[in-house]
Amino acid sequence: MARVELRRVRKSYGEVEVIKGIDLDVQQGEFCVFVGPSGCGKSTLLRMISGLEPISDGDVVIGDEVVNDIPAADRGLAMVFQSYALYPHMSVRQNLSFGLENINTPKAEIRAKVDQVAKMLQIDTLLDRRPKDLSGGQRQRVAIGRAVVREPRVFLFDEPLSNLDAELRVEMRKEITGLHRRLENTMIYVTHDQVEAMTMADKIAVLRLGELEQFGKPLDLYNRPRNLFVAGFIGSPKMNFVAGRIDGDTLALDTGERMSLPATGFRYQPGQAVTLGIRPNHVTVGDDGPIRMTVASVEQLGGESYIYGTLGNGGAIALHLPGQAGAGTGEVLTIGADPAQIHLFDTESGLSLRTD
Amino acid sequence: MLAVITPLMRIIEIPMLALQRLLGINRLAWAFLLPNLILFGLFAFLPVILNVFYATSGSDNVLLQNRPFVGGQNFGQLLDCGNYIDANSCREDKFWRAVWNTVTFVTLQAGFMVGFALLTAVILNGRIRARGFFRSVFFFPVLLSPVVVALIWKWILQREGVLNAFLDWTGLGGINWLVDAQWAFGWSVFISVWAHMGFYTLILLAGLQAIPRDVYEAATMDGASGWRTFRRITLPLLAPTMLVVLVLALIRGVQTFDEIYAFTGGGPGTATTFIIQYIYERGFAGAPRLFGLAAAASLLVAGVLVVLTLAQLWANRRNVDG
Amino acid sequence: MADRSGVTGFLTATRGRGRLHWTDWVSYGYLFLGVFLMFGPVVWLVLSSFKDQNELDRFPPRFLPYAQEVLTVPGYDDPLPAFTVTEGDLAGQVVGQTRRAAGRAEVVSPDAPEDRVRLTTDMLQPVEGVAFATDNYTQLFARFDFLRYFWNSTFITIAATVIMLLVNAMAAFALSKYQFRGRNAVLLIVIGTLMIPQTVVLVPLFLIVTKLGMFNSLWGVIIPGAATPTGVFLLRQYMITIPDEILDAARMDKASEWKIFWRIILPLSAPAIAVLAILAIMWRWNDFLWPLIVLTRTENFTLQLALNSFQGELQTDWPSLLAMTVLTLLPIAAVFMFLQKYIATGIASTGGK
Repeated sequence: MARVELRRVRKSYGEVEVIKGIDLDVQQGEFCVFVGPSGCGKSTLLRMISGLEPISDGDVVIGDEVVNDIPAADRGLAMVFQSYALYPHMSVRQNLSFGLENINTPKAEIRAKVDQVAKMLQIDTLLDRRPKDLSGGQRQRVAIGRAVVREPRVFLFDEPLSNLDAELRVEMRKEITGLHRRLENTMIYVTHDQVEAMTMADKIAVLRLGELEQFGKPLDLYNRPRNLFVAGFIGSPKMNFVAGRIDGDTLALDTGERMSLPATGFRYQPGQAVTLGIRPNHVTVGDDGPIRMTVASVEQLGGESYIYGTLGNGGAIALHLPGQAGAGTGEVLTIGADPAQIHLFDTESGLSLRTD
Repeated sequence: MLAVITPLMRIIEIPMLALQRLLGINRLAWAFLLPNLILFGLFAFLPVILNVFYATSGSDNVLLQNRPFVGGQNFGQLLDCGNYIDANSCREDKFWRAVWNTVTFVTLQAGFMVGFALLTAVILNGRIRARGFFRSVFFFPVLLSPVVVALIWKWILQREGVLNAFLDWTGLGGINWLVDAQWAFGWSVFISVWAHMGFYTLILLAGLQAIPRDVYEAATMDGASGWRTFRRITLPLLAPTMLVVLVLALIRGVQTFDEIYAFTGGGPGTATTFIIQYIYERGFAGAPRLFGLAAAASLLVAGVLVVLTLAQLWANRRNVDG
Repeated sequence: MADRSGVTGFLTATRGRGRLHWTDWVSYGYLFLGVFLMFGPVVWLVLSSFKDQNELDRFPPRFLPYAQEVLTVPGYDDPLPAFTVTEGDLAGQVVGQTRRAAGRAEVVSPDAPEDRVRLTTDMLQPVEGVAFATDNYTQLFARFDFLRYFWNSTFITIAATVIMLLVNAMAAFALSKYQFRGRNAVLLIVIGTLMIPQTVVLVPLFLIVTKLGMFNSLWGVIIPGAATPTGVFLLRQYMITIPDEILDAARMDKASEWKIFWRIILPLSAPAIAVLAILAIMWRWNDFLWPLIVLTRTENFTLQLALNSFQGELQTDWPSLLAMTVLTLLPIAAVFMFLQKYIATGIASTGGK
């Protein structure tokens, strides 16, 4: 159990810089998720923490120790790989024992530990099988078990659920968070799936192009996205964006409509180009709404409804409404939003204009 | 087996682990490469360099420090010819006999080899029952040792052998095959093709099987006859593989020694003496041991082989790309 | 073609279609000619190796080995060669010959062992039966140092194969799983050695082996052939397909690089290693030119060298030679029978010898 701190860590391959100076502090016992689109450097960052990938600059601190020059094997970490990376020629028991054998653990102790972990992960009936005779979910458990038996200071997960089907993924998600609760270890988990990040994390680090976009608790990221990227990335369906310009105390939208702005909470200059963000579930439908949309399609899920349409300037908009809200294709709706729920971003820098 | 290997590997792990700590993981690669590179260096590259020293020095002494430098004299002796076609006009007539024997042998052997291998591969690729059996029938001589191949055929071809008995019975009368220069040469080509054809057949068969089925189906839909399909589809698509096979056959052919040496001993006379046998005899079998001449001849062969090997690498790449 | 059962039915049946086209006839004709040409000589060799000297000297030869039968006649310690009498009083009887000289023979009938009869030899027809003479084989052990040659060959083959597998696998591992400066240069070196077959460096190789004290030693054959570019390439191609994540997992499991090599990489490369092992066994067992140069003392001869030197002797001892040839090809034939598939794919994928 240990904290993990990154201090201005960088990674470059020749001229190409893939990690551009990241500062991050993962507290002891925290479940931290690195999330971002592919190519954002999240897996590289994880491998830099693990020691499998050398860092070009900065410091990686585990516990209270700078581990830059300590080889992966000696950092006291365990890792679960995307492809599971089970040893195909070894039985499940041998897979779990290999790491303990390498640190010369007595045989009886290895046996006991493996049995205990196998029981906990419900793979105790599979111990004599080879990985190729296991299902995807079982392999996943073995891969996790291999990490657990080593009793590492920190667990690292590299997109461990991406090879599973949707149903299993949900199940394994719960199991991993359950495991975290039980072991109370520091865990760092990489995924490209923001739902996974939202449901599992204590803290989320959103990465893009080798830079840390925002680091915080899941709901903070949802409620107070620091910039357009985080706002668009976290939350499903995605936040709606409409470009506009500040005109006095109103917002002149590119759709030709005007919208009044809340008196407090945002800082802006007159004439500033801004982007309005409204989450689909924060859009209200009513006669007094300032914005008109033309309905393109409707998805009725019974308990909730999605309405997709276009705005006056041709931009797309999505609505997420509770219950069975009906609308016909081609129908024109007037919509608005609770001023307390809107987001404003500077169009040029993408940064949030929120003041609190 | 494992009982021997496991402790051995454990012992090697100790120095390797120390090296890993010292060098780091990626530089440890050199430790893994080292034994191989030492062997390559000692038994492949160093000899190439030493070969030049031998080729430019004289005397029958094997120790380099005792060999006087003679410059291009060895090459001069090899290449001193009135007329290169006529070995009798050459100072080192045995060399030129071997050269021309090798050229003729390689040409005939490679030609027959590719021809028969292609024919066999095409037939094996056809609608054939028990294909695996027939394939192994053609392949198994590849595994026989050259000396065994030579003895098998020597036994059949001897004066009172089974072939002569058959010819007697048909009334044609027997021939003393290996005493007649032309027959001996012919049979040398034959046993070489017999022994190695299966290998080339296998490569060509793999090439044939790599041609997609739908190409043939398309040709059938276009109404192409069997022969036309073969000429217009199979052959062009197989051409890269055939090129590889041809070059391999040439490389092998130039180095022919074992089976012919055991078969005819190079005779009668020098009728089946090829270039490697010439090198062997000049360097190791005859007295005096003319290492300089042998090395000079080796260098000339090496030149040919380098060209052929480059051709092979090129053909292989084309085969992969194409 | 109504009857598809039986041998003809099986052999003449084509795949898929019912009737045989003339090209099918030609194909099968060619293939059976192939069987005859490829197998015939070996079958003939094996049958011949079971013939005694008399039978080998016979011209024209007979297909199966025959030997004269013998009669045990009371009163004679040794069995007598059996003959059928073709004419005269004893015509039709089987007799044992006791003495033969200058066209005359003395025979006894087993019915009347006391009664010696003198006949001319043209009245006697030998009684023969198919008999596999194993004397040729037993002689090998008595008259030649066969076991010595067999041991030399076996030792060279096993030692060279083991060393080669280890050394080549180590190099292939380094070239497939590490990023280090100079990797491409090493790959070029490996390709370079492809162009330097032993046949063109015989003289300097001889010097080096002599200087290393390996002349006339089995190690002089084993060591120079231990590193092969073919082996490195074959294993490297295979090792590249092993996912790097497995290696990373092992590193996280605190395995040293050497341990990763022998506990993870070697077992996972088993199919490729098997192919290379078979090739190596074949190369070493059949090796000829280099042993011929390095091993000049008879006690160091491999089977191949022994075979060659015996056939070169003035009086070719065919009975022993044939038996020895059979025993030499036997191990390879056995390997082939069991591992045919591996050999074929292995040879096709490496480009062979």
